[in-house]
Amino acid sequence: MLHEPARDSGPDPASPYKTRLGLWMFLVYCLLYAGFVLLNVATGGKAMQAIVLAGLNLAVVYGMGLIVVALIMALIYNHLCTKRERELKDPRWEVRS
Amino acid sequence: MNLHGTPLSIAVFALFVVAVLYLSYFFARKAKSAAGYYAAGGQIHWAVNGISFAGDYLSAASFLGICGMIATLGYDGFLYSIGYLAGWVVALFVVAEPMKRLGKFTFTDAVDAKYDSRGIKLAAAISTLVVSICYLIPQMNGAGSLVEPLLGLPHWVGVILVGTIVIAIVATAGMASTTYVQFLKGGLLLVFSTIMVVLLMFRGLGTEPAGLKDDAGRALLFVPQQTTEAELVAGGQRQVHAAGEFLKFEGPNGAAWWRRDAQGSLWQTQWVSGGEVNGVAGGLLRPVGRVTALGGMSPAEAARGTGPVSPVSYLARLTHPDTRIEQWHSTKVNDEAGHRVTIHYPKQVSGTDQMKPGVKFKVDTFWNKLNFVSLMLALFLGTAALPHILIRYYTVPSPACARKSTIVAIAAIGFFYVLTLFMGLGAATNGTINPADNNMSAPLLAMSFGKLLFALISAIAFATVLGTVAGLIVAASGAVAHDLMDRFGRMNLTEERKVHAGKVAAFGVGIIAIVLGILFRGVNVSFLVGWAFAVAASANLPAIVMLLFWKRTTAAGIVASITVGIISALGIILTGPEMFAGPYGRTAAEAWHKLGQPGIVSIPLSFLALVVVSLATGRKGGGAKAARAA
Repeated sequence: MLHEPARDSGPDPASPYKTRLGLWMFLVYCLLYAGFVLLNVATGGKAMQAIVLAGLNLAVVYGMGLIVVALIMALIYNHLCTKRERELKDPRWEVRS
Repeated sequence: MNLHGTPLSIAVFALFVVAVLYLSYFFARKAKSAAGYYAAGGQIHWAVNGISFAGDYLSAASFLGICGMIATLGYDGFLYSIGYLAGWVVALFVVAEPMKRLGKFTFTDAVDAKYDSRGIKLAAAISTLVVSICYLIPQMNGAGSLVEPLLGLPHWVGVILVGTIVIAIVATAGMASTTYVQFLKGGLLLVFSTIMVVLLMFRGLGTEPAGLKDDAGRALLFVPQQTTEAELVAGGQRQVHAAGEFLKFEGPNGAAWWRRDAQGSLWQTQWVSGGEVNGVAGGLLRPVGRVTALGGMSPAEAARGTGPVSPVSYLARLTHPDTRIEQWHSTKVNDEAGHRVTIHYPKQVSGTDQMKPGVKFKVDTFWNKLNFVSLMLALFLGTAALPHILIRYYTVPSPACARKSTIVAIAAIGFFYVLTLFMGLGAATNGTINPADNNMSAPLLAMSFGKLLFALISAIAFATVLGTVAGLIVAASGAVAHDLMDRFGRMNLTEERKVHAGKVAAFGVGIIAIVLGILFRGVNVSFLVGWAFAVAASANLPAIVMLLFWKRTTAAGIVASITVGIISALGIILTGPEMFAGPYGRTAAEAWHKLGQPGIVSIPLSFLALVVVSLATGRKGGGAKAARAA
């Protein structure tokens, strides 16, 4: 590893698609996150103590769910972005492995 | 508590420091250019960068602060885990690829890419410095907390030690050595935290926890006595003072503070006053934290314990409404002579209350609701605006690599945050909370499994601080040397001079971090980081988002946004109840307002400033060009 300057990335033909997709996915996650915050605020925390799954309350299930869903959405986003980059077949956007 | 360093913990610590310094020395020979120093040459593999992200991000606040908060406040601490992780969604979907495309070495490069504005360079560099310093304080504070039990050294020595090592790491090879220190630390933190949680699941839950033992094998756990005023009086004690729910009794064996609960029972406390602990000069606080009843189990069964449990059963058992947990809190009162007394006291709470939000972040009044929403907003939007995180996008070769490394980071960081819930609750139920400093809950939980795991976890926790502080100092030194001196000051430094300036700046920032780390001793590190997120989300995120998605954004608009964001966020914090009740030594009621978390006001204000100023200074269709004069 030389630690010399990286090459210039150049234009990215898949960029508009990725930006649009990213914004939509961001909005979806925003709604999920806002739901968690507002549910807690609106019910004074009471809704969070309801047991909903395998002896776990809503606070734990929803909180863990937000973490897991973030990863799932990230993987879907990457899959779709990579697919579009390949479709456009620009070798400059191949990821080094 | 006074846990002296063992030869084992000192050896593990020394080994780690030697490895880190060797890495720095090794990469120093390879990072001679500015790109090599500030961005590791942009040649880091995305998978390595992803784990380094985790190493950079999973700071003392995450490991020490969140675990400590969960240990003492229950689910409320986990809210930080959720918010910190959710912030990475913003980083991935909105910021990652554009940041790589626009920037070169620093956050300032990216926001200034379309404008070449001196105003932006100055404002963004100042913002980087302010956020980095806000973030550095809790990290250095955490370092001091760690070194006390690990090496048996005072808090301030720990802070100086960390500062010195980090200055050495950054000043030798900049981002290259920082990256590999963070990679090493991120990997080790994940592996050993997993091991600790697996051991915890094998141990299960019980009302007589293994806890900590002294050198003679005696249990150290403090089990508070429960009594009544009548019993104390019958035992020859008399009440000499009352401060709210706290009563001071004196008897033949000396004085003691008790807390009266809602049912009228008195609970024994631990207290510190004028160098005395529980009335003994040079005495020691004992570790706390246990369950007193387990739902669905008789007292005898609960005493024997559950034996090995699955993670879901572990959480479900603690959530049971009949489970009782001893939550430990601290407060300060005046005694009969007017002397300040710090009281550490237990509260019996049900599993239902332990495992839902509401101990610290109450949502009962308007202001409490606003503070809660404000905190969650800042955590969500702050991650993608932290300068030391953003500069890691320049260490990979392409925007696609930036994206992939963010996904690796989400996987690693998300997994770790799930573990924090178990580690924090593990400390709360295994008698491993230091009542005076909950930041040590996770390492002390490791100690309950043996000195080897404690030594390893403590060394990793120490590495956690090193990795994050190194990243922060790289970001801050880049702001000084690259943004302010070279670009804003138009000094046109050569490659060699730019690297040299970065090293000198790293030294200066390191010294400031050391001083602040000593001054802010004892404050929960995660709480302080919450403020750093609020400042970052207010000062930086509106500029990044609007730059990317609103074509009429002008340089003057960005400058206004960053300036308004910093001033409003810091202004609200400095005049708010947390500062009055904490560092100012006054009361929360004396604060200028009731908003402890600034994000809900300062973030919209920053957006508003950008829009108004951009509209006022821009020309139709020429935002970037029009405002170049700013």
